[in-house]
Amino acid sequence: MSTKEQSQFPQLPILEQPTTRRTALKVAGAALGLAAFGKAFSPLWSIPENVSIDEFLQQHYKELSDQDKKQVFARLEAEAKENYGANVTISDPQPIPGVRFGYAINLSKCNGNGACMEACNKENNHHRGVNQSYIRVLEMSKGSMDMEHGTTTFDHTVPQDDKYYMPVQCQQCDNPPCVSACPIEATWQEADGIVVVDYNWCIGCRYCEAACPYHARRFNWESPEIPAEEVNPDQGYLSNRIRPQGTMEKCHFCLHRTREGRAPACLEACPTGARVFGDLNDPESDINWVLQNKRVFVLKEELGTKPNFFYFFDS
Amino acid sequence: MRFSPHTLPVKSSTGRQGITSRWLLIFTLLCITIVVVSTGAKRILSRESKELSADVTGVDQVDPESSEASDKKFVVSIRQPNGPPRVATGMSDLQGNPVTVACSTCHTTRPANHQNTSTKDLDEFHAGMTFSHGSVSCLSCHNTENYDTLKLADGSRVEFTDVMMLCAQCHGPQMTAYQHGAHGGMNGHWDLTRGPQVKNNCVDCHNPHAPQFPKMQPMFKPQDRFLDGPEQNH
Repeated sequence: MSTKEQSQFPQLPILEQPTTRRTALKVAGAALGLAAFGKAFSPLWSIPENVSIDEFLQQHYKELSDQDKKQVFARLEAEAKENYGANVTISDPQPIPGVRFGYAINLSKCNGNGACMEACNKENNHHRGVNQSYIRVLEMSKGSMDMEHGTTTFDHTVPQDDKYYMPVQCQQCDNPPCVSACPIEATWQEADGIVVVDYNWCIGCRYCEAACPYHARRFNWESPEIPAEEVNPDQGYLSNRIRPQGTMEKCHFCLHRTREGRAPACLEACPTGARVFGDLNDPESDINWVLQNKRVFVLKEELGTKPNFFYFFDS
Repeated sequence: MRFSPHTLPVKSSTGRQGITSRWLLIFTLLCITIVVVSTGAKRILSRESKELSADVTGVDQVDPESSEASDKKFVVSIRQPNGPPRVATGMSDLQGNPVTVACSTCHTTRPANHQNTSTKDLDEFHAGMTFSHGSVSCLSCHNTENYDTLKLADGSRVEFTDVMMLCAQCHGPQMTAYQHGAHGGMNGHWDLTRGPQVKNNCVDCHNPHAPQFPKMQPMFKPQDRFLDGPEQNH
């Protein structure tokens, strides 16, 4: 290439230049850029077999537009049909403006029969194989208030005379340690006080499980096994839809029911009437009557978690 | 002038390295363009749909919430017994259905005996029935004037369907708690602006003759690794 030709045709910044050190550096830079680009996309090649690309690329719940949600819910409904043979509807009920949920359990009434655990298992599409449930009914020695000394393995008629029974589930703390522990903001507290999990955003690191002083979080070690006829078709995205393997989950006060005004499943199932649920912001509500007229306590108050879950005795 | 589009050379006379670097660059630029365009489009789309949805939900929420639903409340109903109990005679009619009789069938012909305070005192009828209800006697609640009804402490008649009034005479604190949802449980809606609620009757859970809540056998056990005997975990 002569100097005459060079002056006739202008040169492109990188492509048309003679082989000099500068060109070589530019090419090397471009190659590096390309390599970085490829590296950035490399996770796409490591998607697990049971995860679709759509699911892999799905945004955080709070980033989803209504259109996105529609697509995501349709995908999840199709997956439920494919994997479980069940026709389900996935909804996304929002917090009722001005409502703040509270829950209380009457320990003088609870007799440890465990109907709440079973109702939770069925309502929330839990793994049938291990009888997963968001509730754990503890048998406690009378005189002790320390839940760490409770046992779950009792297998005799209840109630025993020297025992009392304390169901523990997510306390929906106003200062939730699990939310602070989550490295990716996959769990957060909603306006009505319910702490929720985006099961698709969760990476299953289980930090939240370790952070919860009430042992209220559960991990899906396996994909839940549920017979098609037992799948609860009334599902919420942030609540009882069938969770993927490897994600954390927790009690969500049955938000797909309670945000539509209905009572939680564990409350309806309780044969002793020990459970009281309602709106803390409504001065006339049942839960407020309990808080004002009964001897109420919260679990591990000294930790400053500020639970919205209360326990009381009759007298 | 140097970079005017007309003068861009289509053919080039560069060597091998030049060609490779050009393709590299073109490929990189293409990829970046695709990514930028697609994310941009996604953002614009999602923003539009967000605005749209905000409009729709804004209208939606106003409708059922504030306008009329707030003053209209659904009812709280209490399950009621069907009426006076019927006593099985152990006989069957021609169709094979068991024959039952009203309490008054026998009790109108037999004088009341106030000496009998418990089923232990009975030798003919009702003798096998478990009775364990404090120190009250049969006739504290059963009405000698009409055995198909009950009676309050002041002697006034109360129907079997209104039995809760009878219970509440002694169990006041329980009744107060019941009225505030802290006793007896419920089904349906916590929010009465959205739906009705059904509550149990006293006698749904408590047998009036032996009212202590029965012992139960827990049937459902989650396989739980917590609190299963901390000593063995070490």
